[in-house]
Amino acid sequence: MEQSEAAAIEQARAGDPEAFRVLVEQHSRTVFRLAYRMTANEQDAEDTVQETFLRAYRQIRQFDARSKFSTWICRIAVNCSLDLLRARQRRRESEDPIIPDSAAGDQPSPERLAFSRQVQRKVTAALAELSPAERAAFVLRHFEGVSVGEIAGVLGHSNGATRHSVFRAVQKLRRALEPLR
Amino acid sequence: MKHLSEEQLVWFYYRELEDLAGVEEHLAGCDSCRVAYREIESLLEQVEAPVPERGEEYGSQVWHKLRPRLEPRRLWAWPRWVLAAALAGLVVAAFFAGRFWPGQLRPAPQPIAQPVREHILLVAVGDHLERSQMVLLELVNSQPDGEVDISEEQQRAQDLVAANRLYRQTAARAGEAGLASVLEELERTLIEVAHRPALLSSKEFEELRRRVEAQGILFKIRIIDSQVRQREQTIRSRS
Repeated sequence: MEQSEAAAIEQARAGDPEAFRVLVEQHSRTVFRLAYRMTANEQDAEDTVQETFLRAYRQIRQFDARSKFSTWICRIAVNCSLDLLRARQRRRESEDPIIPDSAAGDQPSPERLAFSRQVQRKVTAALAELSPAERAAFVLRHFEGVSVGEIAGVLGHSNGATRHSVFRAVQKLRRALEPLR
Repeated sequence: MKHLSEEQLVWFYYRELEDLAGVEEHLAGCDSCRVAYREIESLLEQVEAPVPERGEEYGSQVWHKLRPRLEPRRLWAWPRWVLAAALAGLVVAAFFAGRFWPGQLRPAPQPIAQPVREHILLVAVGDHLERSQMVLLELVNSQPDGEVDISEEQQRAQDLVAANRLYRQTAARAGEAGLASVLEELERTLIEVAHRPALLSSKEFEELRRRVEAQGILFKIRIIDSQVRQREQTIRSRS
């Protein structure tokens, strides 16, 4: 942990909101990226970022200084995203899955682009169909490169259950993309 | 030779297998497993989720939006429940001020008129019921998969218990039997939430949720809250 981060955590734990600024500025982009991949919606991701830091501020005295702050904040972000996904799941039935705007930079041939967009839509739709736990496990493993052991810690699941969630997610994605192959 | 399973191939892709070298060796010598692996590899390589860009200044933007929502946490300050109780106490005092003002001793202040007193109490009780409803709804609507931390809800429940006690006593003294009875049930529920361990297993959490739901307290709060709001509106429209 960097010196400035450790000092900021210590001061924030002592009740100083201004010290918390260092932590927010340092980790906002990571939290946004994770929240966006979990929610697939820009506004939801922004709300999740705010909620994550608010919860972190309120619970910072529970943070174990021997742990990594980045892991702790990601755990809170995943939990906030899961709350949002579950709330969305409850009211969603009739709605279409949210397709995020493409954030891709390269512009290949029109055919390739069309195919890639088609794949992207299928992937997004398939991700939206995953249960919140499957989605969280898959996003952390596939996009964030987090190990199964760490994901299990974040989600409070066993290693076996986490592996199963990731594998089920891959199977669902395979089925969704099958027609394009 | 035994072929590799789909699951093994997926974990080989993520490099999370104990025997990576053994799998590599198998793939080198087995055409059908190699084809199956290529398929999984090409599928997973296509799974992308582009994320909208956020610049260097993003952290600062997040902070400016967040800052007004952060209260300084003074470690030496009185617990929030003391403040909540004090606030409720003020409202209750205002309510009884008109009833028991000692007029003979000093002629000074005018007693607070009955409709105003009732209005003050109704507004405060309405807000209290809504806050309680929010805490209980958040609990009932959560769907944790593993261990769940309810410390935040417990803190809020604890704050509400002290205020609830004063409102309940006031309602009973004012002859509001229905309101007092719902507040009594609410108090029991809030105490139950506040006194559980902060970290619950999913089974313990499910049991708590079932108990809250079985008591039907949310429904009763909703009914009594809407009655309180109606009375409050009637008083407001008369004044």
